[in-house]
Amino acid sequence: MRIPPKVVHYSVLTFLWAVTLGTVGTLCVIIGWVLVKGLPAITPGFLFSAPEGAGREGGIFPVIVGTLWVILGAVLIATPLGVGTSIFLVEYTRENWVTRVIRFGADCLAGIPSIIFGLFGYVFFVVALGFRWSILSGALTLALMSLPTIIRTSEVALRAVPPQYREVSYALGATRWQMVLRVVIPGSLPGIVTGIVLAMGRSMSETAAVIFTAGTVLPDSVPTSPGDSVRTLAVHFYLLAVEGLSEKNAFGTAAILVLSILVINVGAYTLMHRFLARYR
Amino acid sequence: MLEARNVRLWYGDFNALKGVSMKIQPRSITAIIGPSGCGKSTMLRCFNRMNDLVEGCRVEGEVLFEGRNIYDHYDLTELRKRVGMVFQRPNPFPLSVQENVGYGPRIHGLASGDGLRAAVKKALQATQLWNDVGDRLTAPALSLSAEQQQRLCISRLLAVAPDILLMDEPCSALDPMATQNIEELMLELKRDYTIVIVTHNMQQAARVSDFTGFMLLGELVEFGETQTIFTAPTDKRTEEYITGRYG
Repeated sequence: MRIPPKVVHYSVLTFLWAVTLGTVGTLCVIIGWVLVKGLPAITPGFLFSAPEGAGREGGIFPVIVGTLWVILGAVLIATPLGVGTSIFLVEYTRENWVTRVIRFGADCLAGIPSIIFGLFGYVFFVVALGFRWSILSGALTLALMSLPTIIRTSEVALRAVPPQYREVSYALGATRWQMVLRVVIPGSLPGIVTGIVLAMGRSMSETAAVIFTAGTVLPDSVPTSPGDSVRTLAVHFYLLAVEGLSEKNAFGTAAILVLSILVINVGAYTLMHRFLARYR
Repeated sequence: MLEARNVRLWYGDFNALKGVSMKIQPRSITAIIGPSGCGKSTMLRCFNRMNDLVEGCRVEGEVLFEGRNIYDHYDLTELRKRVGMVFQRPNPFPLSVQENVGYGPRIHGLASGDGLRAAVKKALQATQLWNDVGDRLTAPALSLSAEQQQRLCISRLLAVAPDILLMDEPCSALDPMATQNIEELMLELKRDYTIVIVTHNMQQAARVSDFTGFMLLGELVEFGETQTIFTAPTDKRTEEYITGRYG
């Protein structure tokens, strides 16, 4: 017996609507739950004052600043390395065993649990290089973790630039670098930025790798140098929740974390579109 | 000024050009015709070494530009600046009109500021595009019509002040009216530039070119003045092709 195509069509349509609503709905519930429980805790005092009593009282200002430093450091280190590697892979080499090894390596890095990165960061940056528990060690470790994401998303974006733009650029006598700088990078910027923003979001919410490298000590003042030890928002939330110190402050911290990721996303895309407006 | 001497080319194992020799006369239009896959585009791309970009491509023989073999330690940037190319499909960058035309002068450091604006204007005037787009230089190039885009690509090329224009079926993506307009433009440009055009449109070759070469299976069957080739070809294969019995 043949099922009428119309029935199949509407069944498929219903199914797709259901899974989409299910996905988006779950997401909204999680974010909504965090915001509903966390937003009441967010007051100017909470945002702009130092914690007291291990976070039971007071605010999270040093934690916010410390998180910003670590994330900023990680992005500043990982972006040139990652984007540079992908440019090398796409524009400066032909497919051979070297590129395959690099790509395989990047994929392996992506699959490594973050706590292993934490352990490596601890052994290498904290102990061997003597950076101690610091913004620097944390940023370097998170940068390593971000590399695979940035490399692979940039690579896809670079490859999506139509080959005829490269061809005509060469035909006009441009060098490879002029072509990359003026044609390929502007054309692939949306994809590159997406990769960087994704990596930032993941770094922001990372705990295991940061505990081992940036430290867990709750600072009572704002960090001023890359050598200072910090506690990031995600770690702060984790410790407040796990040690049952203050549910209210824990959710306040979580809400700030979620909102920051939102702000980073919107900010990055706004900047990108402003830049692209000059090119389109 | 431009001469191919016994050019042989392989894509991997495939022998695409089997010893082609031809002399391009300055300030003239030379057409290369032939059926699909005969190697006419490949031959054209030997003149600015665009075949170098193809993996597994190997070239033997000589291409002389002003007496120097471009396959022997020739600066590719300089070569392509002087021997420019127009492609089959209009391929403006996804930038503004102005930035498209200014691309060449900027990468070669030829002009900036007011000088660049003047160069852009001159290049657009040379292709009679200035009247259409002079008041919207910041508009996206991709918003222009196909013919305007092809004119823009020619302007972009003229802005780097080349000596030779290589045109790879420049009208194949255009309608008949636009084709006629571009052909008229080519006749204009002939006064200042040397043009080599590849076309599968025999009427086009007959209309615009001074010299014609007929290629078949990687060989140049016949080369001579267009009028001779089209009225009194010496090779039987040429005659069969231009009378429509071949390809």
